[in-house]
Amino acid sequence: MSFPWANHYQPKAPLMRWLDEKLPLPRFVYNAVGAGYPVPRNLNYFWNFGVLAGFMLVVQILTGVILAMHYAPNALVAFDSTEHIMRDVNWGWLLRYGHANGASMFFVVVYIHMFRGLYFGSYKAPREMIWLLGVVIYLLMMATGFMGYVLPWGQMSFWGAKVITGLFSAIPLIGTPLQEWLLGGFAPDNAALNRFFSLHFLLPFVIAAVIILHIWALHIPGSSNPTGVEVKSESDTVPFHPYYTAKDGFGLGVFLILFAFMVFFAPNWLGHPDNYIPANPLSTPAHIVPEWYYWPFYAILRAFTADFFFIPAKLMGVMAMFGAILLLFFLPWLDTSPVRSGKYRPLFRKFFYLLLVDVFILGWMGGLPAEEPYVMISQIASIYYFAHFLIILPIVSSIERPEPMPFSITEAVLGKDDKAVLAPPGSAPAPAA
Amino acid sequence: MVRIFGILAGLFFVAALSWSLATGAYTAITEPASPTAEHEFYKHPKHLALASDGVFGKFDNQQIQRGFQVYKEVCAACHSLRLVAFRDLTQLGYNEAEVKAIAASFQVPGVDPNTGEANTRPGLAIDYFPKPYPNDIAARAANNNAIPPDLSLMAKARHDGAAYVYSLLTGYQAQPAKLLKEFPDSKTGPGLHYNPYFPNLNLAMAPPLSGPGQVTYGEGNPQPTVDQMAKDVSAFLVWTAEPKLAKRHQTGWPVLLFLIVLTGLAYLAYQNVWRDKKH
Repeated sequence: MSFPWANHYQPKAPLMRWLDEKLPLPRFVYNAVGAGYPVPRNLNYFWNFGVLAGFMLVVQILTGVILAMHYAPNALVAFDSTEHIMRDVNWGWLLRYGHANGASMFFVVVYIHMFRGLYFGSYKAPREMIWLLGVVIYLLMMATGFMGYVLPWGQMSFWGAKVITGLFSAIPLIGTPLQEWLLGGFAPDNAALNRFFSLHFLLPFVIAAVIILHIWALHIPGSSNPTGVEVKSESDTVPFHPYYTAKDGFGLGVFLILFAFMVFFAPNWLGHPDNYIPANPLSTPAHIVPEWYYWPFYAILRAFTADFFFIPAKLMGVMAMFGAILLLFFLPWLDTSPVRSGKYRPLFRKFFYLLLVDVFILGWMGGLPAEEPYVMISQIASIYYFAHFLIILPIVSSIERPEPMPFSITEAVLGKDDKAVLAPPGSAPAPAA
Repeated sequence: MVRIFGILAGLFFVAALSWSLATGAYTAITEPASPTAEHEFYKHPKHLALASDGVFGKFDNQQIQRGFQVYKEVCAACHSLRLVAFRDLTQLGYNEAEVKAIAASFQVPGVDPNTGEANTRPGLAIDYFPKPYPNDIAARAANNNAIPPDLSLMAKARHDGAAYVYSLLTGYQAQPAKLLKEFPDSKTGPGLHYNPYFPNLNLAMAPPLSGPGQVTYGEGNPQPTVDQMAKDVSAFLVWTAEPKLAKRHQTGWPVLLFLIVLTGLAYLAYQNVWRDKKH
């Protein structure tokens, strides 16, 4: 769907007209991310992060495909082939550091993208499907990132793989056979490394496919915006191109400066030194920690230290860790407030900021050793995490009195305009800007 | 329906977490964790300033050459450097003839061309640094059951890499009397050496650096004191761990400069496109 006032694709060059008749791909692009897609005029910089996430997927696929040409997925040589890339492959260090830090930057932009969705209520009707597909992408990213971290076959790769696949052994009855089936053995070894490499190569393309669905679903209601008020008239929107291509270009530049700084000047800052020690099944690292982007969930996993009735602590932890992500699928139906944007929800806003701080605390604790007082802090932070989504949001959305909202996006941007209010939708004259 | 189910699930997780929290708090009160010698006496690495530090860091080839000399004459007796090839030494300012001579001074594993039996031959520039022990069992047997780790990546494989190496090499000392008083069971065992910069405080490696006379530095170099040799070998290990570090910094600045200019232009384009749209 598009708004009735959307620009129409009119190819002028004979070649483009010919192409449009045979395969209207340029028309498709024009309507998807070109001048044919009307977008709310009031999007702030937080709306840059979707494009940045898409850009990072492309960076990861390009660097990853080239790295795969030099990497050897065999437990005997995987570590050395990674060092071969760092030392002997032309610009190999740039590819590998770009890919490793690229994964981190991908998660940074996706986390900002998700928190933007949480604050501005982007998950609410009619955009539930966009949110659901987004959670699917996030899950796929987590799986891809985890398997990618195993590939250098360092100490953290090995022990991370052992701990994470060990989670499945908590499942009653089928747990241990399931873990052995996943690993292709009793512990991570060549079989596991090979399949992780294969899946690590495959999943990004699955992510790309789900991103296409994500954007398709986005184009049905159109983009949300910071007021949460739906588009009412032509004066509420601007064509994606050139307005948002220009804004995204600037955002991409700022992002690339940060990304380049990480790659060239702090490439190991987000990594763990133990992963420069070759995998050794006989020597357990003092502290096994996954990559930073899993830390909040790792903290939740480790927060369950006591058996709860007949449920073993480990199984509780695993259920909670997966539950913490899966509950995001139910978010559109847990938060029933008709008001989308946190801007007009005074009570929700306070809890949102508390959640933001809470997730930071969980992340911080997840990276620290499982000792007191870190475990207790994780437990309190995990309590808030579950309470926020499952208890507080449903209650807040029914008791809250929202603040007055603007009538339209145009009004939010230009101030109240009586003519704009009186004119029927679709025929509103563009107010002088 | 979703909300009722959600609230119930939420209460379930909150209850389970509260139970864990209560149990943990009870344990913490009834059985407070007793301090350990490792926890009380471990020291964080000392500060070490090297030419390769920071965003402008480059390699100080002269220092790294001295560090290489320390490695070759002291460390190489027990520690391998398996990821570094002799050809890499050209990056340190050695010319081709010097590299060939250094390589030839090492015996590397070879094959007798007439009988096919394993033997050794002088190294070539394409060879990697040979290992001091044929296998881990031999390494253990010769070192009181501890395998001397490979040093190629040491400066990246520990927190504060180079500073850790430097602190470890200069940190040997007698066990403090206070430690023995507080933790009588923690006396450094036979064949071990007390070093507060090592995570468990007791290191199998005997103090490897002894001071002037151990290594002779060439003309125009500082005295090879223990401190100086430790610094030099740490600088050398920064290079072995990341030979592309200087190139990375060198490449980074033009890239950043380009991106800053590009972003500035992108900002102007953005302002220009939006100049008559209020938003």
